[in-house]
Amino acid sequence: MKTNTLSVLVQNRPGVLARVAGLFARRGYNIESLAVGTTDDPEVSRITIQVTVDSDLVLEQIVKQLNKLVEVLKIIELEQHEAVQRELMLIKLKADPDTRSQIIQIVELFRGKTVDVHNDSMVVEATGSPDKLEALLQMLRPYGISELVQSGLVALGRGSKALADRGRINRSR
Amino acid sequence: MATAELLTGAQALVQSLERVGVEVIFGIPGGAILPAYDPLYDSKIRHILVRHEQGAGHAAEGYAVATGRVGVCMATSGPGATNLVTAIGDAYMDSVPIVAITGQVGSAAIGTDAFQEADIRGITMPITKHSYLVKQAADIPKAVSAAFQIAATGRPGPVLIDITKDALSSTAPFEWPGHVALPGYKPTVKPHSRQLREAAKLMAEAERPVLYVGGGVVKARAFEQLNRLVEVTGIPVVTTLMARGSVPDSNPLNYGMPGMHGTVAAVGALQRADLIVALGARFDDRVTGRLDSFAPGAKIVHADIDPAEISKNRLADVPIVGDVGQSVTALVELMGEAKTNDLSGWVRYLDHLRERYQPDTEPLEEGVLSPEYVIKRIGELVGPDAYYATGVGQHQMWAAHLLPHEQPGRFLTSGGAGTMGYCVPAAMGAKVAHPDKPVWGIDGDGCFQMTNQEITTCSLEGIPIKIAVLNNQVLGMVRQWQTLYYNERYSNTNLHTDRLPDFPKLAEAMGAVGLRAETPQEVDEAVKQAMAVDDRPVVIEFKVHKDAMVFPMVAAGTSNDDIKIARDMAPEWEDDQL
Repeated sequence: MKTNTLSVLVQNRPGVLARVAGLFARRGYNIESLAVGTTDDPEVSRITIQVTVDSDLVLEQIVKQLNKLVEVLKIIELEQHEAVQRELMLIKLKADPDTRSQIIQIVELFRGKTVDVHNDSMVVEATGSPDKLEALLQMLRPYGISELVQSGLVALGRGSKALADRGRINRSR
Repeated sequence: MATAELLTGAQALVQSLERVGVEVIFGIPGGAILPAYDPLYDSKIRHILVRHEQGAGHAAEGYAVATGRVGVCMATSGPGATNLVTAIGDAYMDSVPIVAITGQVGSAAIGTDAFQEADIRGITMPITKHSYLVKQAADIPKAVSAAFQIAATGRPGPVLIDITKDALSSTAPFEWPGHVALPGYKPTVKPHSRQLREAAKLMAEAERPVLYVGGGVVKARAFEQLNRLVEVTGIPVVTTLMARGSVPDSNPLNYGMPGMHGTVAAVGALQRADLIVALGARFDDRVTGRLDSFAPGAKIVHADIDPAEISKNRLADVPIVGDVGQSVTALVELMGEAKTNDLSGWVRYLDHLRERYQPDTEPLEEGVLSPEYVIKRIGELVGPDAYYATGVGQHQMWAAHLLPHEQPGRFLTSGGAGTMGYCVPAAMGAKVAHPDKPVWGIDGDGCFQMTNQEITTCSLEGIPIKIAVLNNQVLGMVRQWQTLYYNERYSNTNLHTDRLPDFPKLAEAMGAVGLRAETPQEVDEAVKQAMAVDDRPVVIEFKVHKDAMVFPMVAAGTSNDDIKIARDMAPEWEDDQL
């Protein structure tokens, strides 16, 4: 099993996300993470999808099926080492005056931020690669996590090349 | 510059349909689509008022398959639209270009569970090539133009246009967009020359090559090139259910239909091939049987316009993405220079299989008409120039083998979806497209009862189709599986069609001529009588044997090598002959 990140440029139209998500559902592929937003061109949205597959053939089939959607403009598979990948996480923790400073220290180590503080709780914000966020969570768990929310992964290829410059993935095998 | 004419959305819709060359629409009006029917009343487009929306959908398919053009069906919102779903799904599975136009409740009412509201775009999303929900009159011309472009090009398929009632009623300046730019839609039409050369090389080297021809060749209307390729290379051919007739059965190199109910020769050809050249075919499970034992020794050249089909089921050694007509044309050219090996031993082996395993078409079985005989006889009397539609099941398989498949694009059948009830409305669509050609439906008693209401449509609209109902009293194919795999426990497959309905009377009640045949002599008489009628439809009931089974057969989930020519009887492959 291998997790892959697909960056998909689509026309910004109602129903496009339903089409993409529906394709995954009906062909039996499981979406691990999904993030959608407009790009600098308001006509175009970017969908970042993480999907876990058994084989390259399955991934190839997913890309081909996505390419068949009329509103899909471009698809690129972002290799982990060639892309900057980030998630955003908000974590609500139990924190009393004794533990608060320890938590703040940990969060700062991970370059996170404290965004809300109360007598017995606090909310911290962190961004980073999934690995980094997992490490942060491990450190924070002992203090008692009462709520957690996480964005889907967003990713950009490294270097000057943009997705719009690259050829549409249309591998025939 | 003259200002654009102000039209209602409904007028814009009808004018757009006229602009893309629509001749006929099959449909039923209702509340939400009603505005569209007003300008349609004055249009030169013929509207055929069907009795059920499923009939409209299959008729649009029949028209599309028989002409190679886009078929159109129309329905209102809610149940009108959902009744189209089966036909849209059928068109999706068999890549038939149709455009379905549905009315939708007013845009302000969408999402409120309004009367006759259904999210038909959401419902059909997995079974359409694309779909539009149009909420503004100004967007209608563009949606129509784009829908027809998408339906007809690349791998064809159904496109839905759902239009809200207020979009149909309000006005906007009419501007015909002509060709619509679709930045995300660029089918690869031109095949890659290096891949073609690679394919030609394999074809020249192969000892036991086979051309595996599928429905894509029919969609691409690539018959001439294909037959040229067969002639130039002398490579044996198998034609799938969707491709019957694309190479005439009278061509000795055509070994017929492969697959679950294929001929021994066609199945044997694929299994023993060292090269399969798939042309517009998709390695469907009904053709391959158990995939891991399908054609174990064959290299695969796969030419298809849909890149997603290539290596989906069977890994291709040489993928060729592009219009199959262009691919075949290029292969003809390349193979004219490269010589194939001496294939006479391979051809002799396949000839031997064909001669040895002929279908049994004796007229009677235990004193009752044999369905195989009836179908074969209809084909002999009516001839290869007719269009033939079928339902789904045993009669469909016999029709695939025994009708005179001599001309391309003449055989209309539901392959991928296997939709019972396809026959009558599809025959109607084909007859509307070709009023001067005979159109026959070969149907079963089960299938006929699903959509026979369209006989009334045909009577009233002057569409004189002929429907042969092979009445074996039961859901024959399902019963065959019960015989073979469920210990002859015939749970709910007896339709009691020996008692009800009375088919000739039912036909007469719908304005058709109703006939019945129970002996070989009556078969000839009834068919000839039907051929003489041209002012209304004809339905002939053939009372046939209920225990007839379709053989050869590859049981579901087993290997093609385990094909049976009769119950518990396998063919002798005689590999040493190769």
